[in-house]
Amino acid sequence: MTGFRTIRAWGVTALAAVSLASLAACSGGNDGKDGAAKIELLNVSYDPTRELYEAINPKFAAEWKAETGQDVTIKMSHGGSGKQARAVIDGLDADVATLALAYDTDEIAQRTQALPKTWQSRLPHNSSPYTSTIVFLVRHGNPKGIKDWNDLVKPGVAVITPNPKTSGGARWNFLAAWAYAEKAYGSDAAAEDFVRKLFANVPVLDSGARGSTTTFVERGIGDVLLAWENEAFLAQKELGKGKFDIVAPSLSILAEPPVALVDRNAERHGATKVANAYLKYLYTPEAQDIIAKNYYRPIDEAVAAKYAAVFPKIELVTVDGEFGGWQAAQKKFFSEGGVFDKIFAATKR
Amino acid sequence: MSSPLQVPLDTPPKRRRARSVIPGFGLTMGLTLAWLSLIVLIPLSTVFVRSAGMGLQDFLAAGFSDRALAAYKVSFGTAFLAAVVNGVFGLLTAWVLVRYSFPGKRIVNALVDLPFALPTAVAGIALTAIYAGNGWVGQFLEPLGLKVAYTPLGIVAALIFIGLPFVVRSVEPILEDFGVELEEAALSLGARPWQVFLRVILPAILPALLTGFALAFARGVGEYGSVIFIAGNMPYKSEIAPLLIVTQLEQYDYAAATAIATVMLVASFAILLLINVVQAWSRRRMAA
Repeated sequence: MTGFRTIRAWGVTALAAVSLASLAACSGGNDGKDGAAKIELLNVSYDPTRELYEAINPKFAAEWKAETGQDVTIKMSHGGSGKQARAVIDGLDADVATLALAYDTDEIAQRTQALPKTWQSRLPHNSSPYTSTIVFLVRHGNPKGIKDWNDLVKPGVAVITPNPKTSGGARWNFLAAWAYAEKAYGSDAAAEDFVRKLFANVPVLDSGARGSTTTFVERGIGDVLLAWENEAFLAQKELGKGKFDIVAPSLSILAEPPVALVDRNAERHGATKVANAYLKYLYTPEAQDIIAKNYYRPIDEAVAAKYAAVFPKIELVTVDGEFGGWQAAQKKFFSEGGVFDKIFAATKR
Repeated sequence: MSSPLQVPLDTPPKRRRARSVIPGFGLTMGLTLAWLSLIVLIPLSTVFVRSAGMGLQDFLAAGFSDRALAAYKVSFGTAFLAAVVNGVFGLLTAWVLVRYSFPGKRIVNALVDLPFALPTAVAGIALTAIYAGNGWVGQFLEPLGLKVAYTPLGIVAALIFIGLPFVVRSVEPILEDFGVELEEAALSLGARPWQVFLRVILPAILPALLTGFALAFARGVGEYGSVIFIAGNMPYKSEIAPLLIVTQLEQYDYAAATAIATVMLVASFAILLLINVVQAWSRRRMAA
């Protein structure tokens, strides 16, 4: 009898130990405080910004070290914008969120209260230190003669774009196509018909922007890739020199990827000051220069003027002006049963 | 117990030690249940809890939407096909590994386990590179009108890769035990080779083959990493159910995601249970 009791006691102890250990594994993290010698920041971002922040982070760290004597290490996490936002909602300890669209950051604010709902007004220019847009990447020499959006719905043209339900970039693609069609054909119904034809030409629907770039560049699938402007430049300049051309459509969308401090996490890490400085640093001429070099459109006018020749002139519409903001656009187009679901339910059976 | 030859107090533990090398049933069973709860039951129960939050109507709408049904069809269909292919070729592989010795056998043996160890995303990217229209294999298949990458066929290819070791490793030990004597006896009694295979070998290995099939099938149904790269991911065509779950999650629709997950969980469990019953039946039949 005693034997069994001891065993049971052991079992209970073991269980307690296991659960304690797993609890301990969940906590932990940044011990540094604003005043400490070392501090860590976690920047949770979307897919195509890898190269950008890789270039910016060491510059900021050096600047911060010179200013305060503190060593700052910036850890990065990349992925589809929606996936990243969900990770933060589910507890990924981001100090700053630099996502592809305001909607994703809004969701973090709404679902976790980790940052105020007014977050977007806390930094200049809708909290977007740079803008970008959607362009076409075609194979060298543009064999299918693709000039504008209406060439994408022609039979025999294969269009590569990620899934708007999972990719922030793809949502910009979709809205740009819609805005073009509405302007060209004048009605919602015509625009819906236009995007339906466009998606009927899509052979592969990747879940993120990077995946689509790979499909187009490495796998040789498709005639045109709808891409972030910076991603198109990257593909053209680095992934396959001379193999691709960039085509600027007559109309596209002004993408404003916003950055935000995740107050609650940064406060808990005692990293509010450095995180704020990090975000503000993105607006400095030095960072703006790096931003332009990575093919994002800088908002600093002097820097923008310096790189004006790089970026094609395109008429750009905004989400706020054209679609009444992200919440409305999300609801109409991408939510369950929205336009995107409808066009697939109709064409893919 | 009042005899002068009193049994020393440490006898019961000794007896227990003699009975089992691992400490007694109470502790092991307790730990087993605790461990299973921690690793399997608690995480799975959150799936049910989260989907229980929605009303029945919402649950049915999310779990049995047209798109979800199409995704189940793709997931279960491709997993089934891949498991069938693995059943045939896994058996053949196991047969060769058990019955013959040849130079490089150890390497072949190790190769079989590779899909276990490889991150599945790596497998997916590699398979896509091979089967895409400009890939090593794809460039020869595509002119024949056979598109593999970005179609359900690509999903089957990925799942065959992922599931192969399950069949080989399930069947192998049985074939090893089996020996050639029964076969020789059957042949000496005048059976034709195919009769030997169908009447002697197959019944003996059928339970193990079914186990391997079930494991490969279950793995295929749940597989995500390798498939999304090669699938094309088109709704209603080549979209697997796990991707649909991830898609819902990325839209912050936890309820819909868990509804689909619940349907998959129940369906997979039912299928595995069925396979188990068939397996038990064939084992009983063999014993009889």
